[in-house]
Amino acid sequence: MSNASKNGNGNGKYKVIGTRPIRHDGVDKVTGRAAYGIDTHLGGMLYGQILRSPHPYARIRGIDTSKAKALKGVRAVITAADLPPSEADEVLNLVEGSFRLKDLRSNILADEKVFYQGHSVAAVAATNLHIAEEALQLIEVDYEILPHVDDVVAAMRDDAPLLHEDLTTKEFGEDTGKNSNIASHIQFKLGDLEKGFAESDIIVEEEFETASVHQGYIESHNATAEWKTDGQLTVWTSTQGAFGVQKQTAAILGLPVSKVRVVPMEIGGGFGGKIPVYLAPQAAILSKKCGHPVKIVMTRADVFRSTGPTPSSYVKVKLGADNSGKLLAAQATIAFAAGAFPGSPVGAGAVCVLSCYAIPNGLVDGYDVVLNRPRSAAYRAPGSTQVNLAVETLMDEIAVKLGMDPIELRLLNAAEEGTRRVDGAVYPVVGCRETLEQTKVHEHYLAPLSGPHQGRGVATGFWMNAGLKSTVTANVNEDGTVNLMEGSTDIGGSRASIAMQFAEVLGLPAEAVNPMVGDTASVGYTELTGGSRVTFATGWAAYEAAQEVKKILIGKAALYWETTEDEVRFEEGDFVHSTDPEKRLTFKELAGHLVDLGGPVVGTGAVDPNSGVGGSFTTCIADVEVDPETGKIKILRFTMIQDAGTAIHPSYVEGQMQGGSVQGIGWALNEEYFYNEGRMQNASFLDYRIPTCLDVPMIETVIVEVPHPDHPFGVRGVGEASIAPPPAAIANAIYDAVGIRLHELPMRPDRVLAACLAKEEAEAATANG
Amino acid sequence: MNSKAHVKTTINGEEMEFLCEPRQSLLEVLRDDLGLTGTKEGCNDGNCGACSVIIDNVLVNACLVFAVEIQGCRVFTIEGLASPEGLHPLQQKFLENASLQCGICTPGFLVAAKALLDHNPDPTEHEVRHWLAGNLCRCTGYDKIVRAVLKAAEVGRETTAPAGSSN
Ligand code: FES
Ligand code: FES
Repeated sequence: MSNASKNGNGNGKYKVIGTRPIRHDGVDKVTGRAAYGIDTHLGGMLYGQILRSPHPYARIRGIDTSKAKALKGVRAVITAADLPPSEADEVLNLVEGSFRLKDLRSNILADEKVFYQGHSVAAVAATNLHIAEEALQLIEVDYEILPHVDDVVAAMRDDAPLLHEDLTTKEFGEDTGKNSNIASHIQFKLGDLEKGFAESDIIVEEEFETASVHQGYIESHNATAEWKTDGQLTVWTSTQGAFGVQKQTAAILGLPVSKVRVVPMEIGGGFGGKIPVYLAPQAAILSKKCGHPVKIVMTRADVFRSTGPTPSSYVKVKLGADNSGKLLAAQATIAFAAGAFPGSPVGAGAVCVLSCYAIPNGLVDGYDVVLNRPRSAAYRAPGSTQVNLAVETLMDEIAVKLGMDPIELRLLNAAEEGTRRVDGAVYPVVGCRETLEQTKVHEHYLAPLSGPHQGRGVATGFWMNAGLKSTVTANVNEDGTVNLMEGSTDIGGSRASIAMQFAEVLGLPAEAVNPMVGDTASVGYTELTGGSRVTFATGWAAYEAAQEVKKILIGKAALYWETTEDEVRFEEGDFVHSTDPEKRLTFKELAGHLVDLGGPVVGTGAVDPNSGVGGSFTTCIADVEVDPETGKIKILRFTMIQDAGTAIHPSYVEGQMQGGSVQGIGWALNEEYFYNEGRMQNASFLDYRIPTCLDVPMIETVIVEVPHPDHPFGVRGVGEASIAPPPAAIANAIYDAVGIRLHELPMRPDRVLAACLAKEEAEAATANG
Repeated sequence: MNSKAHVKTTINGEEMEFLCEPRQSLLEVLRDDLGLTGTKEGCNDGNCGACSVIIDNVLVNACLVFAVEIQGCRVFTIEGLASPEGLHPLQQKFLENASLQCGICTPGFLVAAKALLDHNPDPTEHEVRHWLAGNLCRCTGYDKIVRAVLKAAEVGRETTAPAGSSN
């Protein structure tokens, strides 16, 4: 019943790392005291609301806000006219990509056209929420409705309605000058594809489609802004990156970053969806206009219609192997629906598609396509899940055709140190093989199934993980504790994992370190919480800060003993006099003397680890039962095996794996943006159904620890890779159960049932014929 | 629409009075007017459970109740779960089992779980999952939440002391 974690660092290498202390922010979060973005309340605060387009595509002929402005209690109404004008080719470079400033501004307040249902058109600030809502209904927008396109394949056709007159296709980085909805076409090539397929004994090829899904965080987007008369703007918000909000907000408003301070509040989930700004600029302009702080919280329907989602996709993959199962060639074509503006993670999808295997010959084409849907955003291992379904389903087909065990087939081809990926990168030490080995011997994999219509499937997935910039500042208190200011917003317990790495260096208990998340004015530049990078990179910064504290404290001990620094050793958490071992000070004792030893001890770690992060591999096992009457799929048992590198706090590592698994299960079985005439039909948690606890079993986990060779503690990053393989594992389990292959997500009951009936009919026809 | 109603009620054992508009939900009044922001808003349309509160021993979504409806009722919110002596066993088990990641769903789950254990001190795993199916969590995959509730139930059965005395 308990999680079969293999971790535990039983080798005794570490004192704090690998233990499971209670997280530092825990009590505040179980008592309701923690202040999230939605909880922000300032004196004199007004409430903002956003008017959004009801049409998927339309030209704005005019906006009349006079009636709204006249409503009692309304303090300000704004439109795109209140934003600075954009130059056509101004680009903002962010961690997550480069974007045209014009597009970012349009997404905040549409100027000439609305590009999707839910596109922000105007904003209102009023003395209460209800008045603001009433005011929205009084704004008159004159729309000229345009023919829209909201399917990725249709949008790529030459005769499709064009979204942006000035968007031309970039082919392999070069501007083709051709006006089209295809924003870019990228390509990766390795070896000799034709030769690889010619030498193959077995070739499988299929097309796959996946629906758009939403990140589904439970806290809505929110921003509270106060623009003071001295020109200083402060924004309180739930975000995955305060510095990213600062940069985006400043650029959109045409301000220098130093004029914008962003305070990251506690954040109620993100999964990639809380990287872009959606509300801060509107709240800021409203605040400037009325001289009060303004708070905007999105409605849940707006969260669905106007934020997120992950791109829908079309993916075609062809694999060639010899009779032993060795992969010889692979080709993939990937088209991602970026939404209204360019910038889908198709590049990441193109890297991930063949990433789990050593394949000598490969070709991958990726297309970033705009269409009349909300601008897509990152979602946990962005781009990886869509492409994983295709490759891992085909791997299963090969295993079936060759009569091989699916894990053996994957082991035969597993990526390892030195494997060159199709994009040219060569793997450092990675744990793909190790996750497969663990799967092969797992009790779940070996256990028999227990009834009819049951099946088991496996799949392997990958996410590349990021490094990026992080800062940590440590202040030693005279009672022997340490305040740790870090720049990474904590979405899932990362305060603990960062504090633990700091504590490990200095031999402190985790509880002696008090981690806090700073705002953009109180901590050094730190990039977003995403890319599975926080425990890796911010943890690394904590390690550096601890090293500096140690160094300074050695100096202080030398001062205390009136000797030189080389006479002081740091040993098992104590400072020791080398030649007079009687002299020994604990960290706490030395901290107590600091007032007399020349004052404050502050350590800083500022890092930018960008090379050879190495990535994380997962393999999962899914057991399903198919109801042949209804097509409903029940998950009977589910196990996720992941290489996390060193697991700092195993409970939260398991938590990431379990959370990613269940998101993957939702994506596989029932989550989808359901559109009709360009309008979303299921913009609520009732109709866009994420898994409830009744839909899933316990999620078993195996943490595999293949330490990262460069990180001081071997951390690899664990947040994302677990979402990628569940859909394919479930698809393979469905095949195992009832012999049907589904090539479309979600695998809804109606699709399963239709495929089951089609199979029965085909079998009956064969029997009769 | 603008005239305010006077409401007298009991929240977490304390008698209270407030003025509210008839169109204001209990959730809005708790969070925006009474400063009780522990009860979270996730959807405002009854589909996520983040706003779970207990009114006269019945578990409800505060976003689906008008504030004027709680006239004369006893309302229990997350702020009432811990006692001055310490955390409720549910809170303690949520912490020990890492049952929260972002934590936005946590108050709702804790209140809903308390309502469950008040009704059924010895639930099976299936009963826990069935009862909590009205509360959405996007971070945890529910595994550690369900385990914590089962463990808190054990503690509750072992101790005769009132909730909040120990774990
Ligand atoms: S906020 Fe009440 S159920 Fe979601
Ligand atoms: S912990 Fe984030 S929604 Fe449950």
